[in-house]
Amino acid sequence: MSAIVEPAKPGTAGRSRAWKAFALALPALILLVAVVGYPLLMIVLRSLSEPHWGVQNYSWFFSTPVNLVVLKRTFAISAWVTVVCVACAYPYAYLMTAVGPKVRLVMVLCVLIPFWVSGVVRTLSWVILLQDSGVINSVLKWAGIGTVRLIRTQTGVVIGMAQVLLPFMILPLYSVMKGIDLRLMRAAQSLGARPIRAFFTVYLPLSLPGVYAGAIIVFILALGFYITPALLGGPRSTMLSTLVQNQVLSLLQWGRGGAMGVVLLLATFLLLALAAPAMRQKHKEGARH
Amino acid sequence: MTTKASNRGAAIEIRSITKTYGDFRALDDVSLHVEPGEFMTLLGPSGSGKTTTLNVVAGFTDLTSGTLLVGGKNVVGVPAHKRNIGVVFQHYALFPHMTVGRNVAYPLTLRGVGKAEREARVLRALDMVKMRDFAHRYPSELSGGQQQRVALARAIVFDPPVLLMDEPLGALDKKLREWLQLEIKRIHRELGTTFIYVTHDQEEALVLSDRIAVFNRGRIEQVGTGRELYDEPSTLFVGRFIGDSTVLRGGARSDGTGTALKIADETVTTPRRLSGDVTPVMLLRPEKLSIRRPGQPAAGQNRLSGRIAEAIYLGSGSKYEVALGDGSLAIVRSSLTDESFKIGEQVDLWFDGADAKLLADDASAETTLT
Repeated sequence: MSAIVEPAKPGTAGRSRAWKAFALALPALILLVAVVGYPLLMIVLRSLSEPHWGVQNYSWFFSTPVNLVVLKRTFAISAWVTVVCVACAYPYAYLMTAVGPKVRLVMVLCVLIPFWVSGVVRTLSWVILLQDSGVINSVLKWAGIGTVRLIRTQTGVVIGMAQVLLPFMILPLYSVMKGIDLRLMRAAQSLGARPIRAFFTVYLPLSLPGVYAGAIIVFILALGFYITPALLGGPRSTMLSTLVQNQVLSLLQWGRGGAMGVVLLLATFLLLALAAPAMRQKHKEGARH
Repeated sequence: MTTKASNRGAAIEIRSITKTYGDFRALDDVSLHVEPGEFMTLLGPSGSGKTTTLNVVAGFTDLTSGTLLVGGKNVVGVPAHKRNIGVVFQHYALFPHMTVGRNVAYPLTLRGVGKAEREARVLRALDMVKMRDFAHRYPSELSGGQQQRVALARAIVFDPPVLLMDEPLGALDKKLREWLQLEIKRIHRELGTTFIYVTHDQEEALVLSDRIAVFNRGRIEQVGTGRELYDEPSTLFVGRFIGDSTVLRGGARSDGTGTALKIADETVTTPRRLSGDVTPVMLLRPEKLSIRRPGQPAAGQNRLSGRIAEAIYLGSGSKYEVALGDGSLAIVRSSLTDESFKIGEQVDLWFDGADAKLLADDASAETTLT
């Protein structure tokens, strides 16, 4: 980076600086190539070579209706999880910018503590909360609303996943929001904007970079979720990772499992590529301070 | 919505407003009348209540007690967005995600002004602050002075009857500040809007204002034109805050003809006296003091001897700080044609007793200034 910014001597000095930066990043690069690059390459190769060379695994994937249904559902559930996370995280992150340092510390801890608890444990506690005779339904029944089916439904999966992923939404949102000058809201009001209008015309646009950053992280993490949907979901809420696990571990179809992974990866890239122009535009504007 | 002719400034009537934060009285029974179209400056050190007063008028701060009329209407309890008052902030407060043009159009969009009229009025406002060519830039691409001019355009584009400015030039360097002061003066003249301007810079207040209200510790000490405040300060604080001054303190003796002060072993007199149980001090403006070498008399019946402590060349003349017999400093200005004095030189200061202002001593006048 610094080599590009450096105005003087683009030749030797700049190049040696770039090399130093590269040398510093080398351990991380080696690790990335070893644990991500190589396995990914193997997945792609196996999806094209097992049981023999060709695209038979991909034609199987797209000709089997259940795969397409599950692929679509995986994206739908991830989108819902992202929406729920934005809805929950936005006011929470805003509150974090508004409270004093002590309350903020407590709020940050509330976000981080779930991180320190194993995902399996958290998911199992959701089973207890969501099951038909669980805490949530007991309360609903007691309140006279009647029971709702949550466990083994898509709703249950979305609730559980959103809870696990919420910190990934809150933290980027908070870091953007704490940089927003609240005096701008006062200026907007002096110009005639009701507080709600000032929020939508000034605060919200300035906070969008945080929303985008959090949404991308949550969405991508949600696409690959395995434990939570497997434990909280039923047959009608299976996500792609469960199908991959089936193919690879139960049926030993490494080629088919690999093809599923590659399709998911490419679909994700495609979606991000489509969303990128809008986000980049907004992000650039929001970043101007 | 409003035409040029109807865009006359509104009168502002502040009646004994008080604002407390716990035990702290930010505003203590402040009253002020601002004429329509007047340029009123609220001047004072930080924490004196001038910005709180501005925030009360803008609607950002609630009152603890008191009445506030804008254009004859009571606006206590009216939220900021319904007051139709323009505000310019020290920190510019331009919206970073909007271009200059969209920033200035913002208040018009809120008021439902149609596109064609909106564009015309945005250009007119940008013309007025000489920023027409920058409509498509983002605030981050402008200098501080340019940003503040855009903020000014945004605050006047909706023709508010009152414009509030909170130390708008505080973050800018001296040359730019002086130039923008003249621009603000011109815009005030062209618009006829009532301006209320907050600053801690007394020179800026003198350049801009029709009248100045001097704030100290949550109260208004005096309201008047710059000349009135300079020539006839009603309190020691005002005398010290506006312009350079020499304060003479000493054993005082009053009789029917006036007051005498004893400074070290010299006595100075003035044909004035103070009533009540107060300690009188004399306040002298630099140009009322004549500086001479010992043995060379000048006009005035009072003479104080001292030693030059500091000599400052100002271009148009020189300014001297003279240490008097009791150790206090006198400030004297002399024009270029006068002879010059060196640091350490023994001099005499002459003045006419009638030129000295006799004021009640106020120990806090010195501490609040720093």
